[in-house]
Amino acid sequence: MNTKTRVKNNIVFLLVFILAILFLSPIFIVLMNSFKGRFFISDTPFALPNALTFVGLENYTSGIIKTGFIPALGYSLFITVFSVGAIVLFTSMTAWCITRVKSKLSTFIYYLLVFSMIVPFQMVMFTMSKMANILHLDNPIGIIVLYLGFGAGLSVFIFSGFIKTIPREIEEAATIDGCNPIQTFFLVVFPILRPIAITVAILNTMWIWNDYLLPYLTIGSNYKTIPIAVQYLQGGYGSKDMGAMMALLVLAIIPIVIFYLTSQKHIIKGVAAGAVKG
Amino acid sequence: MQKMAKRYYAFFTVPTLIAFVVAFFIPFLLGIYLSFTTFTTVTNSRWAGISNYVRAFSEDNNFLNATIFTVKFAIVSVILINVFAFGLALLLTRKMRGENGFRTVFFMPNLIGGIVLGYIWLLIINGILINFGVDITYSATYGFWGLVVLMNWQMVGYMMIIYIAGILAIPTEVVEAAKIDGASGWQTLKSITFPLVMPAITICTFLTLANSFKLFDQNLSLTAGAPGRESSMLALDIFNTFYGRNGYEGIGQAKAFIFFLFVAAIVLLQLRFSRKSELEN
Repeated sequence: MNTKTRVKNNIVFLLVFILAILFLSPIFIVLMNSFKGRFFISDTPFALPNALTFVGLENYTSGIIKTGFIPALGYSLFITVFSVGAIVLFTSMTAWCITRVKSKLSTFIYYLLVFSMIVPFQMVMFTMSKMANILHLDNPIGIIVLYLGFGAGLSVFIFSGFIKTIPREIEEAATIDGCNPIQTFFLVVFPILRPIAITVAILNTMWIWNDYLLPYLTIGSNYKTIPIAVQYLQGGYGSKDMGAMMALLVLAIIPIVIFYLTSQKHIIKGVAAGAVKG
Repeated sequence: MQKMAKRYYAFFTVPTLIAFVVAFFIPFLLGIYLSFTTFTTVTNSRWAGISNYVRAFSEDNNFLNATIFTVKFAIVSVILINVFAFGLALLLTRKMRGENGFRTVFFMPNLIGGIVLGYIWLLIINGILINFGVDITYSATYGFWGLVVLMNWQMVGYMMIIYIAGILAIPTEVVEAAKIDGASGWQTLKSITFPLVMPAITICTFLTLANSFKLFDQNLSLTAGAPGRESSMLALDIFNTFYGRNGYEGIGQAKAFIFFLFVAAIVLLQLRFSRKSELEN
């Protein structure tokens, strides 16, 4: 590398570094304000906490109590983990079956599922929440069925694309060795699907963890997930408690940051792969 | 495998299909039907012809305003997000130190949910506007640009990742050959980088377009449509029509169906575009 490119690279580095700081600053501003008294936030959000405005963890305790953040965290975790688990398991099974068994029925199922990808949630939100109500799916276990149904399109699509690239010979060998289709799938195919299953899991985790409207309409009045808890603090709670809001925003971001830092490589790869296929 | 017994076929497909029928298929068909009826619950619908579709536009200007607002927002967001994302991708593919760390930082906002994003930016935007004695509910223009800034913060890192993958896939020999032939940086960008990352540009354009069009959570938390319903986008307007007052559910469903047609049109356009570029390559 010659001197000219090195100087150029240093300038670019500095520029990008400043941009990165700017990019992170909104999160730091919220973090900073979460330690300030509730009346010192709206007017001077960019001021550091000082002896007068610093309130320690008061906002955190009041935010957690007002919104029931601890159960919300529990519901969010429960719904996300089991919905994503159900989606990965059942849609990979479906995708393998309809990709390998060529028939009119398989083609029909495939296109029907893919079609659902382009339908915005608003089109079905009213009728879906009524259905959920009638079928008693309006609880943290029932909602897993809704997520499986609404998430099936994208997940089957991604799995199918991957399965088409797997040579059939491996599965045929398993059949000759005496495996029935169920054994073939779980012992032979599913392990091969691992990388794409991670992609599907990550895309669905990002969607379900952050989803607001579906849980709000189906289970929101009895079971608050984290986005519902945050929104609840804003709407109809008499005077708005900015301190509790800041604390809650920080609490809502922490699990995401942990998730991101622990599986960052998979996330970036998965998101890029999912986008190219979607 | 062609001869897979029926019971195995059912074992593999039925769990997904039951959930799909319950969560999507029946609600979708029922939704189309209900858009032609008057109803407050699913069971008391009465046929109303196309009156809901007429009333979606004639009752008030909300839906038309929301459509215009959404289209404007989508155009501005698509351009800004893709320009910034492409620029960042170029800066972060120079084999400079710290590139991975920077990518991590720029991508992070994409993982934060729309509701939380909205309140983060509400704090910051109102904190700036208070110096001028107003807040974001003062004018729909503030809401518009607030949403644009928010959307950029959320999506730039995501699109950047796709562009970086596109740029890194360009064979180095091509770039080196251009350098030897004396091409300037701009010429290389224009004649080599752009054409070769065209598929990524198509993907990112349509991804940002679809996401901007369907925006709901961010809209709800940042402005909730204020002032009045002036900064309402399509999804929020549909939500408010359904749940704002009784007796408008049919109109809400009609609006939702029109919204679906918009989104479907975008997707069909994308399919034509990507198929065309596939043929050209």
